[in-house]
Amino acid sequence: MNLAITTESLTKKFGAFTAVDAISLEVAQGEIFGFLGANGAGKTTAMRMLTGLSRPTSGRASVAGFDVSRQPEQIKRNIGYMSQKFSLYEDLTVKENIRFYGGIYGLSLKNIGIKTEQLLEELDLREVSKTPVKSLPLGWKQKLAFSISQVHDPAIVFLDEPTGGVDPITRRHFWELIYRAADKGRTVFVTTHYMDEAEYCDRISIMVDGKIAAMGSPSALKKEHQAPSINELFVRLARVTTAGLG
Amino acid sequence: MSIHHISKSYGPVQALNDVSFEVSKGELFGLIGPDGAGKTTLIRILTTLLLPDSGEARVIGLDPVKEFRALRKHVGYMPGRFSLYQDLTVEENLNFFATIFGTSVRENYHLIKDIYSQIEPFKDRKAGNLSGGMKQKLALSCAMIHEPEVLILDEPTTGVDAVSRKEFWEMLHRLKDRGITILVSTPYMDEASLCDRVALIQNGHILNVGAPADLVKSYSRHLWAVKASHTLRLIEDLRKHPAAYSAFPFGDSVHLALKGELAEGELLDYLSKKEHREIEIKAVEANIEDVFMELMAKKQAV
Repeated sequence: MNLAITTESLTKKFGAFTAVDAISLEVAQGEIFGFLGANGAGKTTAMRMLTGLSRPTSGRASVAGFDVSRQPEQIKRNIGYMSQKFSLYEDLTVKENIRFYGGIYGLSLKNIGIKTEQLLEELDLREVSKTPVKSLPLGWKQKLAFSISQVHDPAIVFLDEPTGGVDPITRRHFWELIYRAADKGRTVFVTTHYMDEAEYCDRISIMVDGKIAAMGSPSALKKEHQAPSINELFVRLARVTTAGLG
Repeated sequence: MSIHHISKSYGPVQALNDVSFEVSKGELFGLIGPDGAGKTTLIRILTTLLLPDSGEARVIGLDPVKEFRALRKHVGYMPGRFSLYQDLTVEENLNFFATIFGTSVRENYHLIKDIYSQIEPFKDRKAGNLSGGMKQKLALSCAMIHEPEVLILDEPTTGVDAVSRKEFWEMLHRLKDRGITILVSTPYMDEASLCDRVALIQNGHILNVGAPADLVKSYSRHLWAVKASHTLRLIEDLRKHPAAYSAFPFGDSVHLALKGELAEGELLDYLSKKEHREIEIKAVEANIEDVFMELMAKKQAV
């Protein structure tokens, strides 16, 4: 099994507060991995370490074959990242956004040209290629943001609550894009507050107070904990601690 | 609360299009729809913060346009964005809102005791340094301190984890039990079942209004929940079936909505021939998302 992400006792402390407490996990290449946890459980801090934005206090992690402590710059170049809050530049056109991110990720002008054509075709956005992104419907923006996050063909893409506030049809179309990307061998590491989406993942982990309280396939976890749904399991595990710092 | 033919545009964007519905006294009413549906615009009109282009509304018998001063005394409002003073402490914020409304925390402490007591140990902490769940509790306490008859909450659970969401709804139910009328908006469709009645809203249009159970009963299509080892291929193959109306992932299975009828055996044969493995098929009742998606598709087809 090829591993896209491995962590060993990965830990981050802020002063006396341990935000991420010795988490160990492995994510296989091509896997859809759901990273769940209550607000303040340490998800964002863990994600920042895995994307090379924050140095671990102790422990190790390797992402796309690079060490998060020693090679954060290589990690940034070899992963994709998309969140609901930060994705596209609304005032730039579809084409300009592709060119901008292509440039950021160091693609040659020639490759940017090829990639632009390919994306416009695949996403069926040729007719609006010169339209500012802000005037596109939300569903189109999302698929564009998702594709642009992978304009440099990274082995792994991190999605941080990509579907918040989206209508139920658009949300499902978005998950089909995730399935397709994983089908092509891309690893998808995703956080969400929609517990039904947790069920779409190959495996999930649930963080509670900086630690991984449960990890496995949704069906195995439901069986193990005799929970009717992941929502139920999540509430059961996470409810014990609610006064955590956000 | 009554809302009659309310419309509102921002330049070329029509945020609300002829919106009408009523909320009974003592009801816990949900306004349910995705981002951009018009929820916040409607709430801002009802809370006297925005003028409608046309139509009219009444909240506890008062007109939010002409009688805004009187109305504000009786409405508790919790905006979508945390809008308390971040550099005041928990206690200072509460005192501030009590004073603004001409009352005191001591006088109305009984109203908020249930919620406020949970954050009282942190009363000297600055509001900006609270966790998400604690901010919510403080905002709700501040919205309640002047003993409003009506509470209007704009997406109080957005971006909040499943545990805090559950607790927040438990608080709302306790307030409802005390006779307070509550209008709450949310993009999480599964929260519909926690309301007495809901309005489903999309692109400024009300898609339907009713008790969640009645809305679900109004769904007319046959639905199968299907599982197989390869979900993406399953979705694609289900959509190719001539009897399929739609196929979308729902939790751990795919909901196949039918145009007409399709027997379980026939569906099983079809999927077996397409070499799916570990096939499970089961009849399911629609949930509120199935209903919303069906109504959305109908609206778009018009």
